[in-house]
Amino acid sequence: MAEAVQTTAPSSREMLGYYLNKSYQDAAEGKARGELVCWASSIAPCEFCETMGVHMLYPENHAAAIAAKHGAEEMIQHAEHMGYSVDNCSYARINMAYVDRKHCIAEDMPLPDFVLVCNNICETLIKWYENLAYQLQIPIILIDVPYNYEPEPSEWAIDYIAAQFEHAITQMEEITGKKFDYDRYHEVMQIAAESSYWWTKAMGMASAEPSPLNGFDIFNYMALIVCMRGKTGCRDTFKKLAEELEEKIEKGEAAFKEGEKYRIMWDGIACWPYLSHNYKAMRALGMNMTGSTYPRGWKLDYDKDDIRSMARAYTSVGNNLSLEGQIEMKAEVVRTYNCQGVTYHLNRSCKCMDFLFHEMQTEVARRTGTPYITFDGDQSDPRNFSKAQFETRVQGLAEMMEQRRHQG
Amino acid sequence: MYTIGIDIGSASSKVVVLRDGCALAAAAAVQTGTGSSGPERAMAQALAQAGVTLEGAAAVVATGYGRMNCPYTDRQFSEISCHAKGIVHLFPQARTIIDIGGQDAKAIQLDDAGMVQQFAMNDKCAAGTGRFLEVMARVMELELPMLQSWHSRARQVAHVSSTCTVFAESEVISLLSAGTPKADIIAGVHKSVASKASGLVYRIGLRETVVMSGGVAQNRGVVQALEEALKVPIQVAPRPQTIGALGAALFAFESVSATS
Repeated sequence: MAEAVQTTAPSSREMLGYYLNKSYQDAAEGKARGELVCWASSIAPCEFCETMGVHMLYPENHAAAIAAKHGAEEMIQHAEHMGYSVDNCSYARINMAYVDRKHCIAEDMPLPDFVLVCNNICETLIKWYENLAYQLQIPIILIDVPYNYEPEPSEWAIDYIAAQFEHAITQMEEITGKKFDYDRYHEVMQIAAESSYWWTKAMGMASAEPSPLNGFDIFNYMALIVCMRGKTGCRDTFKKLAEELEEKIEKGEAAFKEGEKYRIMWDGIACWPYLSHNYKAMRALGMNMTGSTYPRGWKLDYDKDDIRSMARAYTSVGNNLSLEGQIEMKAEVVRTYNCQGVTYHLNRSCKCMDFLFHEMQTEVARRTGTPYITFDGDQSDPRNFSKAQFETRVQGLAEMMEQRRHQG
Repeated sequence: MYTIGIDIGSASSKVVVLRDGCALAAAAAVQTGTGSSGPERAMAQALAQAGVTLEGAAAVVATGYGRMNCPYTDRQFSEISCHAKGIVHLFPQARTIIDIGGQDAKAIQLDDAGMVQQFAMNDKCAAGTGRFLEVMARVMELELPMLQSWHSRARQVAHVSSTCTVFAESEVISLLSAGTPKADIIAGVHKSVASKASGLVYRIGLRETVVMSGGVAQNRGVVQALEEALKVPIQVAPRPQTIGALGAALFAFESVSATS
């Protein structure tokens, strides 16, 4: 009887679709009932809002969804007509256009009652969120996370971030008019920790050979860890995914039925408007993306009774690591996932990240002995990418990997 | 045994026919590329030169921008590998290749075995490519092949930026309008191309011997400007435009040898 129930249980992919849709729907319905909505940056601490029953939505994820549905260009042009420079991040431009239009090709998001921004993933997005707060005349909660120049976060930085967490709690109390519920907070932290655990575990299964995971699935599943980390639906989906992948590994089922010829690491954000093109161009060469920095992106392990431990987790995310930390993290991905090559997405929207590329590529290649390519693109502005250039570069990478295979 | 390599570029089509994987039986280049009659005409010319038929060839390999739409073959290699293959065949001592074609500029680093170690290519921008030179030649009312002879008459190199073809074109128009000698402007245009290409070389690391391929290598002015930018002598491959096709023909030969 129990087995019959299991066979009708939804797959992780169905759960992904269901919960993502639900997060937008719940926010819209909640907003209509007068509940609060917060827009947040992708690795901002979700724990506070979740504790206070505030609906959280993520403009980065929303912009990516718009771009993946081929609606970015229209939004970007709208933002540029509003006066936003082409040099601004394309996620920001899409979001600014959305605020003006309040409608898009993807799910619509109710406008926020306040914003929460943490600069552990990007320094410049503070300006984007300040702009939102100013334009909508709403409060902004900023968690300012200093960049880690040294391999380990400094103690003063941990103190500084922890103090801001405490301040954020008082800001939340003012905004919601409710006392912060520390019991609920501990529950949420537990769920968030479990979500992170199962996300990391499931994504880590791409290290199996052959990989049971088509690498571009990481980009799809990622939406849930961004948007719902503090909710049980997120945890359950990744637990389910881990079980599915475990089963595939046991059966020796590969994501590429025709065979996985090359395993590569993809560095950087996806090129959302061309996700399908990128995937097909790589798959035609037998190239599976088994390695990426995303599994580690939400690996936020911390002691839930220690706010300083939480501060340490939020400052130790990949983009905030020192150059040496990022090099070693990427070299480790190449080793763990047995990647034979690396593609670096030179993302016009992420200039700070791109500035690290030269040193990083050279050093990762030196430490791992793997060839790499760089291609020009953008996370969501379709105008900054050329299909033919991408195809030539990935074929060049495949040929270099093939050569090395023959050289032994 | 004949093998054929076809390089279908954005601006031109090139075909090389090889006899027994080493002797050049034919090399043809037509100045129109993918989507035009160029590939067909280049193929017809090369076959006529070599006195062979397509059916008589043991294998055909395609490369270049239009490689996936080539009706003669289902085997394709990237331009990177083909240029490396062709250059190593002619210059075994080559360690750096600079290939500037119609819309691509690339620097390729080879290891001591002649294998591709690393490469860097231009981004989504025509500055520093053959297309850039075409635009400038048109503004100066010159045919493309005339640029190099004008370059040799330059007294002072004019400044032309290398960041954008459209802006550089405006600069050239301003220089012409200000009465700057055409030869000086052309030397500036060549320096601009060299500055882009040398940037790619420095990105992967400069190793001698440096060899240049691609259509732009036919322009002695660009080669000279690159030698000045990199401060090393540059060898130019014979028939530089057909090196990609030569590499493809060599790959075709290898594929036949491997299966026979």
